[in-house]
Amino acid sequence: MSFYKNIKTIHLDILKEIGNIGAGHAATALSSLLNRKIDMKVPDVRVASFDEMIDLAGGAEYVAVSVFLRIDGDAKGSMFFVLPLEQATYFVQKITGDDAFSFTTPPCSELGLSAMQEVGNILSGSYLSALSDFTGLNLYPSVPELSVDMVGAMISFGLIEISQLSDFVIVIDTALKEMDVSANEAIKGHFFLLPDPEAFQIIFRSLGVPLNE
Amino acid sequence: MNSSQTVVKVGIADLNIVRSPNTIRTSGLGSCVGVVIYDERIRLAGLAHVMLPDSNLAKGKEINKAKFADTAIPELVERMKREGAGAFRLKAKMAGGAQMFHFNSQNDLMRIGPRNVDAVKQQLKAFNIQLLSEDVGGNRGRTIEFDPQTTMLEIRTVNKGVHSI
Repeated sequence: MSFYKNIKTIHLDILKEIGNIGAGHAATALSSLLNRKIDMKVPDVRVASFDEMIDLAGGAEYVAVSVFLRIDGDAKGSMFFVLPLEQATYFVQKITGDDAFSFTTPPCSELGLSAMQEVGNILSGSYLSALSDFTGLNLYPSVPELSVDMVGAMISFGLIEISQLSDFVIVIDTALKEMDVSANEAIKGHFFLLPDPEAFQIIFRSLGVPLNE
Repeated sequence: MNSSQTVVKVGIADLNIVRSPNTIRTSGLGSCVGVVIYDERIRLAGLAHVMLPDSNLAKGKEINKAKFADTAIPELVERMKREGAGAFRLKAKMAGGAQMFHFNSQNDLMRIGPRNVDAVKQQLKAFNIQLLSEDVGGNRGRTIEFDPQTTMLEIRTVNKGVHSI
């Protein structure tokens, strides 16, 4: 836990702003991709245990679609875009025009999977480039990987780097939902940004508020 | 199932022990390995949800013993012995160590699943604990539950249903 003790409210606010800017751009990209209004929740930044982090994403056994990528460059980290199966199915159907496609009844067509991967690519790319502009840091996304499985199995992979230093993770969580007239208020998707421990100081320094060491 | 049974849940990078008629379970294993060590005679079992192969990877000072294969297994064996398990009677089963994502990366951490499996096997060998069965590798998440009464390890995956080893 000692690693996090120098993080003050101002730093958390900065991380929130990072989530705001990044996910804001991603939401805009998603809106234009689907021609639908996509709303974004105020980002949540918290220090969570690994189990709590997995619960944020729906729980260890919750089955979801996840697009995962590693961030390389000046500040390293992991990023997840996690969607319920129904929502991901809907996205793919909208984009491919294939109404028979479904994540709930595998095997899924290659085209559908590839379309979903491309959605993840576009969204995470716009999230990261907004982040890069904001911080002035060079951030390079890896090619996103798609998986449909238990959330615990997928998210834990993104915790490996952090787990070498700590049993806690700072997670920047932004939920996206579709503005729907049918009044379905359920949150539809999450962006999770998990900077590697070494990345925090770099991010804070780039914005002029270094951590006191 | 009778109503007095409880399922002891083990979180990520955690470990615990259980006595029959209760069972022990961990959910959503990906690259992590769930290793069960048990003493059939006294119906006692321990389960660790191992995240990393070696505590040398730890960069901090304090170590969560349940997180690393080389510290979790000694800790589990110790706790079981304290509960009366006979070291020479211990057997093991394990599952997990999948490769959930396939990055083209030089980074060794990207193939952490197989490394976790190897590290657990090495530890079991060091303690002379026979590994009776395993379900490792692949690219699927697993939820496992062990019953010290039947000594069966039940494995659930998303698309391949449930089987026991």
